[in-house]
Amino acid sequence: MIHVENINKSFEGKEILKNISAVFDEGKTNLVIGRSGSGKTVFMKILIGLLFPDSGEILYDQRNFISLRRKELKKLRTEMGMLFQGSALFDSMTVLENVMFPLDMFTKDRKKEREQRARFCLERVNLKEASDLYPSEISGGMKKRVAIARAIALNPKYLFCDEPNSGLDPKTSLIIDDLIRDITLEYNMTTIINTHDMNSVMNIGEKIIFINDGQKEWEGSKDQIMSSSNKELNDFVFASDLFKRVKKMENTFVNEG
Amino acid sequence: MIKALHDFGEYVLLMYRTIAVPERWSVFFKQTLKEIFKLGVDSLWIVIFISIFIGAVITIQVSLKIESPLIPDFTVGYIGREIVILEFSSTIMCLILAGKVGSNIASELGTMRVTEQIDALDIMGVNSANFLIFPKIVAFVCFIPVLTIFSMFFGIMGGYFIAWSSEVITSAKYEFGIQYWFNAYYITYTIVKSMVFAFIISSIASYFGYNVRGGALQVGKASTNSVVMSSVFILTSDLVMTHLMLT
Repeated sequence: MIHVENINKSFEGKEILKNISAVFDEGKTNLVIGRSGSGKTVFMKILIGLLFPDSGEILYDQRNFISLRRKELKKLRTEMGMLFQGSALFDSMTVLENVMFPLDMFTKDRKKEREQRARFCLERVNLKEASDLYPSEISGGMKKRVAIARAIALNPKYLFCDEPNSGLDPKTSLIIDDLIRDITLEYNMTTIINTHDMNSVMNIGEKIIFINDGQKEWEGSKDQIMSSSNKELNDFVFASDLFKRVKKMENTFVNEG
Repeated sequence: MIKALHDFGEYVLLMYRTIAVPERWSVFFKQTLKEIFKLGVDSLWIVIFISIFIGAVITIQVSLKIESPLIPDFTVGYIGREIVILEFSSTIMCLILAGKVGSNIASELGTMRVTEQIDALDIMGVNSANFLIFPKIVAFVCFIPVLTIFSMFFGIMGGYFIAWSSEVITSAKYEFGIQYWFNAYYITYTIVKSMVFAFIISSIASYFGYNVRGGALQVGKASTNSVVMSSVFILTSDLVMTHLMLT
């Protein structure tokens, strides 16, 4: 479980995050949604320690991330997996080497065992056949799957995904979403996903936090999001024509029924 | 001025993070070996090519300038050797390598930064500066003596080829000239100098590449800046080291 308490962050006097508090549950896919520029990427960067908040606390299972000692921080980092928007695979390594990398750096297993684990992770994301290819030789969807395999190589407790579906077609997006949800359940991870893809929200949004203009505007689940009365949230959700029509049809059914 | 001090402070902090005990020695040695091939062995051909031609040109130029009958012909070989050993194979060669190796390092690290590969390392808990930069510095500093020795040898051979194939000087006189009043300390001086230059090239290029913010445009800018700054520091430290080691 990740507990975030009163996070504030400013850049050159401009407030980007204002007093954000949230709890991200274990074994669930927690979604952080919001418009581009709403502050959700900064929020994610603070959660994973790429940026420091001006004030506030982040507790990873009661461990305060900001005040941890170097050794404890290093241990905590090995419990974190991250799926970047652009996958962030190492260009100079093959797919297998990419997945083996965290194992090479942080385990004392023999090479054979590390390779076995990496192949298992690749098999888990259905990419057994691509192990000898380089990232430049595989598609965007495959890259995301390799990044997921790399993220789960060390059996992490926490998985962070930054826009996992950006640049993917709707079908591949669904595959990635399902994979993230299944892995979250399988490993009982605390998964946090940054997204503005409403398909993902409706597919895997077990817990959703809506950030608007640097503030937490709304919190709920995918079942509650369509019926929310929050104006900002509705503006965001129903910006898509498809969702507008779904809402209209729902209202028609309610009125007729 | 304040920006320059700020940049210098950042450079020192980056080097502090870089020069640390590696996480895994086996991974470090593997990386270093890779870098030796990429930064060093791959630069051999350009070093040999340039050295042969510059050595040959120096021989022609010097022989054309020495018109006085009081100056013996073997002086051409002597002056050629001194130029090649003292300045060309270290300073000029490192200025050329600042372009090849420096831009390679800056653009590689810059691309890794903008594609979030460095962030990925940091999140995993890997000291990204130590993992990425340290093997490059170690590899280049360790391999530069090889490049320098090749440069000296082929520079002198370039001159010998001119002596052998043309009539500007006889090859016997050139041979005598290159052996005349030889001071072995100059070899040490040149190798030490080139190792310092190798550190300057690899660390400055790494600094610019590692700290890229933005996209492809900034990567290109970092690459150019690294070459310019490396050249400035190579020439400055050349002056300082020549004073310290030769005077």
